[in-house]
Amino acid sequence: MRGPIVSRLLGVVALACLPAAAHAEVIQVRIEKLGFAPQQISAHVGDTIEWLNADFIAHTATARNGAFDVTIAPNSSQSVVLKADGAVDFYCKFHPNMTGRITVAK
Amino acid sequence: MVLARFAAILSALLIASGAASAQGAKPTDPQIAHIAYTAGLIDIAAADQALQKSKNKDVVAFANDMKRDHQAVNDQALALVKKLNVTPEDNATSKTLNKQATDKRAELAKLSGAAFDKAYIDNEVAYHKAVDDALETALIPSASNQELKSLLQTGLKIFQGHEQHAEHVAAEFK
Repeated sequence: MRGPIVSRLLGVVALACLPAAAHAEVIQVRIEKLGFAPQQISAHVGDTIEWLNADFIAHTATARNGAFDVTIAPNSSQSVVLKADGAVDFYCKFHPNMTGRITVAK
Repeated sequence: MVLARFAAILSALLIASGAASAQGAKPTDPQIAHIAYTAGLIDIAAADQALQKSKNKDVVAFANDMKRDHQAVNDQALALVKKLNVTPEDNATSKTLNKQATDKRAELAKLSGAAFDKAYIDNEVAYHKAVDDALETALIPSASNQELKSLLQTGLKIFQGHEQHAEHVAAEFK
């Protein structure tokens, strides 16, 4: 429920003051039982990834190319805005067995 | 040295299932809970020692990660045994693990600087490997309560992550 509302809200705000970002979306990635879901993400420049950590331990979403690096406490969320196009592989620094990839289109 | 240590830990962790299966029985849930909790406390004590002795930022960060995660897993385990009204039961495997951990800490206490860092992180790789093997082959298959089994399965994924993390840090000291 929250995703569509947030993205609609963002869309309205974007339409009002930033026409170039009118299509920016909020994409939710859930972290649960030591996994990112979805693991493969398609996004556009300007979109926001909202990381929702449902585990009882902290995780990170860390881009191998340095594009982002956030720590997400247990049962909380963090957001990252995608600023550049290209493929970004990411992982959790605390548990490097957790990996995923975002393909960012222009 | 590291391999011998690994074999010793592994054999200690497998005592419960090995000895028990010879008698046609498995470790009970109260014993499994005690072994898993003990294994967590041991890694927290190892992290405390590293935090006292190490000046290496990657080793210190790793030790802090171990403390935080193992404490969180043990908190979950305590909440679960309370909910299930289970009293963790001390056993030969837990006792052997504690003895080995005490010996290892005494051995590491004599080291300092890079020698300590290397010995600590090598032991963390071997220890997590041993714990992961024990969880996979003995503790998880033997657990009868589904919630305990599920927590052990999540624990396994967390500790597999620690094993990889430890391997990355250990690569610095090769």
